[in-house]
Amino acid sequence: MSRENSLVTAQWVEDNLDTDGIVLIEVDEDTTAYDKGHIRGAIKLDWTTDLQDQVRRDFVNKEQFEALLSERGVANDDTVVLYGGNNNWFAAYAYWYFKLYGHQDVKLLDGGRKKWELDSRELTDEATSREKTSYTASEQDSSIRAFRDEVVAAIGTQNLVDVRSPDEYAGRLLAPAHLPQEQAQRAGHIPTAASVPWSKAANDDGTFKSDEELKQIYTEAGVDWDKDTIAYCRIGERSSHTWFVLKELLGQDNVKNYDGSWTEYGSLVGVPVTLGDERGDA
Amino acid sequence: MCGATEGGLSLDGVNVAKEAVIQGQVLRGGADGGGEPVGNAYVRLLDRSGEFTAEVPTSATGHFRFFAGDGEWTLRTLAPKAEPVDTKVVAATGSVAEVQVLVSA
Repeated sequence: MSRENSLVTAQWVEDNLDTDGIVLIEVDEDTTAYDKGHIRGAIKLDWTTDLQDQVRRDFVNKEQFEALLSERGVANDDTVVLYGGNNNWFAAYAYWYFKLYGHQDVKLLDGGRKKWELDSRELTDEATSREKTSYTASEQDSSIRAFRDEVVAAIGTQNLVDVRSPDEYAGRLLAPAHLPQEQAQRAGHIPTAASVPWSKAANDDGTFKSDEELKQIYTEAGVDWDKDTIAYCRIGERSSHTWFVLKELLGQDNVKNYDGSWTEYGSLVGVPVTLGDERGDA
Repeated sequence: MCGATEGGLSLDGVNVAKEAVIQGQVLRGGADGGGEPVGNAYVRLLDRSGEFTAEVPTSATGHFRFFAGDGEWTLRTLAPKAEPVDTKVVAATGSVAEVQVLVSA
């Protein structure tokens, strides 16, 4: 993949609002943001209800994903353009999710909702309706999703990239600071993980930095480009943002997102945890 | 540093004793009643090294809230057609730091 194939500008989106075959989808942490105003023609996916199994902690299965996209009017050959708040955290999560189920043509709106708003571009509360489709998903692509046993096995052998804020990495905070801090799991990080906050990859307006800048950031943080990489955060959304950078913008092979992330790892019995700003030993 | 000020964001449902809350309002044009609330601003919380920690959009009334940790933080406010504004704030567990951010008119 490359920047040209996976990222579009706000201007491109504005110029293509009426182009057939392009489906704009908003995905936000604040699932009410869309209802207050969205880009004209965009539909909404709710990451808590549409994309999660409502009983077990896991994603909706292939059949459920097919039913969801069919009902919302997304076709297999549509170009899906995702955007959202929080510098595209959940839009990047949805991007990774669409790739997991094999959608071919997915793009992120660079800068997401924030860039769109800071540019004073138009938002509407007009409802969007699309004709139903018959969507067919692929089996999950396990080459981009990491599970806990692989993560434990990766300590000291693969690149582990912790993309949370430095205070969460060190164990001084347990959640991003716009959320209450009381949590069940232990604080800290996976031993040997490099701390590269997701935000290092983004400019203040939410757009991604240049490929040269990005490459330098991860190199300086100790990412070995010859090794496989697993990115994680707290629940797998910020690490989707970093997965997007490493896999789709920089074209690295073998990059996985660990969606269990710290809320799973920090609750596991018997696994090693490192506290403080140092990476820790294997 | 003080408790929730009159007219500030409601703390209903927040366990203030266990959180280091930073909250406030973004205004355009003037302080203390003279400014208009900015409902489409973004406030980011930077740690003492200047690293991004969190970001929230303001509410329709220009309000925002963070659950930080003890220590000194910087709020960086981005609003349409205004220069970014940095505001230093000190947070402590068990208290609420109230901040008013003014962006250029």
